[in-house]
Amino acid sequence: MARKLLIEHAAVPGITTYEVYRKHGGYASVEKALKTMSPEEVVEEVKKSGLRGRGGAGFPTGMKWSFLAKPEGVERHLVCNADESEPGTFKDRYLMEKLPHLLIEGMITSSYALGARRSYIYIRGEFMYILRILEKAIAEAYANGMLGKNILGSGYDLDLVVTPGGGAYICGEETALIESLEGKRGNPRMKPPFPAVKGLWGNPTVVNNVESIAAVVPIVNEGGEAYAAIGIERSTGTKLISTSGNLVRPGVYEIELGLSVEEFIYGDDYCRGIANGKKLKACVPGGSSVPILPHYLVTKTAAGTDRLMTYESLADGGFASGSMLGSGGFIVFDEDQCIVRNTWNFARFYAHESCGQCSPCREGTGWMEKVLYRLEHGNGTLEDISLLEEINKKIEGNTICPLGDAAAWPVAAAIRHFRDEFEWHVKSPQEAQTRNYGLIQVPLEA
Amino acid sequence: MKADHPQAVNEAPIDFSAATMAEMNRVIGLFPEGKEKSAILSMLHLVQDELGWVSVGAMNRVAQILNIEAIEVYEVATFYTMFHLNPVGKNVLEVCRTGPCQLVGSDDLIAYIEEKLEIKVGQTTIDGLFTLKTVECLGACGYAPMLMCKYQFYERLTKEKVNEMLDAMREASKS
Repeated sequence: MARKLLIEHAAVPGITTYEVYRKHGGYASVEKALKTMSPEEVVEEVKKSGLRGRGGAGFPTGMKWSFLAKPEGVERHLVCNADESEPGTFKDRYLMEKLPHLLIEGMITSSYALGARRSYIYIRGEFMYILRILEKAIAEAYANGMLGKNILGSGYDLDLVVTPGGGAYICGEETALIESLEGKRGNPRMKPPFPAVKGLWGNPTVVNNVESIAAVVPIVNEGGEAYAAIGIERSTGTKLISTSGNLVRPGVYEIELGLSVEEFIYGDDYCRGIANGKKLKACVPGGSSVPILPHYLVTKTAAGTDRLMTYESLADGGFASGSMLGSGGFIVFDEDQCIVRNTWNFARFYAHESCGQCSPCREGTGWMEKVLYRLEHGNGTLEDISLLEEINKKIEGNTICPLGDAAAWPVAAAIRHFRDEFEWHVKSPQEAQTRNYGLIQVPLEA
Repeated sequence: MKADHPQAVNEAPIDFSAATMAEMNRVIGLFPEGKEKSAILSMLHLVQDELGWVSVGAMNRVAQILNIEAIEVYEVATFYTMFHLNPVGKNVLEVCRTGPCQLVGSDDLIAYIEEKLEIKVGQTTIDGLFTLKTVECLGACGYAPMLMCKYQFYERLTKEKVNEMLDAMREASKS
């Protein structure tokens, strides 16, 4: 059985309370770090662990921490990104709801490592009930001397605040999140300066995903090397994967990175296969922004090797035949699903969520949505398909933040792998309204 | 009144209840001196909890409390989709329409609620009990299809569950 470093105790009755959490080894990392380690030593362990940002980008957390500017007399902040909004992703919600103290413990240990004395958890407004859970847990942590002045007699002070968003996907982008946390519209900032130099209120700031911060707890407890011993290559440790779509058992799973995709989709310990005895048609393995994979590229790479749940293996083949681990939002499509409809759906999402700041994204996402709408509804032309590819190229790389890329990639990938299905919608519009295309053929060269 | 264009509406600031004011002062106090504006989203949620929606008069009052220009509140309230800038029904049903929900039947769910309530998405029932909206991903993809009402998630919805939910909401609004 795979090791669980994060959610092992999620089902323990009362684990959301300080007392029960403490009994199960909770806050050990705070004691260890504050009493026996320097902040630099904590950063060093995180570097050794190989932990990569669990929000989607996969940037090494320890390296991100080491970029934090530390000018004399200027306050620094740790901000937790709990604005989980990437379609297909609901792992942070699970973690915070079941184990609020794990996030708080991670926030304390990480804030200590960064020298932050005022830290914030920015949680999406729709998760108001989880905000209440976190508020209660924070109050308990204060009452037990884990937050506030002179924590555990170490001389280290920390205040922790949880605050809600208002419903905007873009606020998951770290500079938009900072803007929002300052009480403004969530328009991403130009970089540089990076938040590590000028972030919240102009102070050096680290923004980390919920799961990344939680992972610091086992890393400090067991050491960075022990964490790095789990996984393959540069994909170390465990990862929460949230699965949705047409699966027998969708939900949140903690996996050791390196598990095969085959085992993950079909194994008894995981998703147990496609629901209703249907066949797999496609999979979006890392949240709606990452390229979709057709059935023949899900469990095997184009080279014929087993596809694994790692950053490297899911990206194997680049965008031609691979995808990304992303946020771990694993969306599975059965044979009855319409790829054109789904692509339109996701395009509508990005058009709705574009902040409007950059023209290529503001105009391009809406334009793609309109073109996909007419393709899906039987009014498209073959030129529309190439038009989509054109718009795509004009958005990608031409915007301040990655939302533009996130909107462009899924459309490009859907056309790349499912062009026949798109063309069928144009050539047989009547038929396309009454039945689904079904499984696509494996191309001869694949 | 067009609250979509708050600047076009000249509406006097309104007062909030003592409980709302107390909670507003608490959330303002969470931030350092001079950074009180960070509490603005929390405050708008509180406004909506009390009024059911966010009126121009309420935004003007929030601006007064924070000692900022009214436009600073309008621009925030109009950016974030959770805030209703026009009056809504007692129960706002916000149904997720995004991909993962669509894969397991959110289109049918939306159609069923429309039929049940005899309204279209964006409309409010004549008795003022329900407003139906569609929203983008609420982070409940594995428990789809789903909707949110008053910050509560209703998941793995079926026709039967929708019927029960609507009945319970009707019952609750009688008291």
